[in-house]
Amino acid sequence: MADEKIKKVSIVCSKGSLEGIYPALIMANGARMEGIEVNLFFTFFGMDAITRKKMKKIKVATVGNPAMGIPTLIGALPGMSAFATKMMQKKMDELDIPPVDEFIEMISAAGAKLYACKASVDMFGLTKEDFVDEVESILTVGDFYELSAGGQIIFT
Amino acid sequence: MSTKEIAGNTVNLTEDGYLTDPSQWTKEIAEAIAAEEGITLSEAHWKVIDFLKKDYEATGTLASIRRINKTGGIPTKEFYTLFPDGPLKKAARIAGLSRPASCV
Repeated sequence: MADEKIKKVSIVCSKGSLEGIYPALIMANGARMEGIEVNLFFTFFGMDAITRKKMKKIKVATVGNPAMGIPTLIGALPGMSAFATKMMQKKMDELDIPPVDEFIEMISAAGAKLYACKASVDMFGLTKEDFVDEVESILTVGDFYELSAGGQIIFT
Repeated sequence: MSTKEIAGNTVNLTEDGYLTDPSQWTKEIAEAIAAEEGITLSEAHWKVIDFLKKDYEATGTLASIRRINKTGGIPTKEFYTLFPDGPLKKAARIAGLSRPASCV
């Protein structure tokens, strides 16, 4: 007998770099494409993906990222991160992977529910108004677990 | 691969029920596959199917949900409402096209 289908996932997006945000967004969108119920929870710098002022300025980390193959000192040169980001965005556009702001709209339109983390919101001094309209509400970690009941939790 | 009779036509299907040859597709087959998925095709559904088929002929690949929105003019929310629980897979199967092979 085939294993039971996944019906519900809660995905935590905790990192604010391009390579930190996209896996969470792609997994959330992919889950909706499979008809899986999705809660997407943004915490710490992951909240940049839903913050109006920051979501269009997401960059690839070229420092402290050994997989990039760029020595740290070169990665730290002005413009390196912007350059790497531009290259990656171009490639993603070819693959029909939307920019972060459009992706957030798309995931919300697909029926996923988006939330921000209360502890991080308080820590960074943000309010609901700092986030795009697609964000449903600001949740405590307790609310998040309650919401995630009966599903899988994925931390990115 | 297997063969199956759908709406009076014998068609070749993949293991998960996608037509292997888009030229075997007819509107009656689309209606029959949609019925299997619990969908009654309305004009709005046909708009999606027509776009997917036309786009496939032009590009040789199945359109992404983003492309269905931006080029096909079908809002993502509407697309998910028309084909609930796995819209691209269902729409592709009904349109007689291959299984979605992209992550987005």
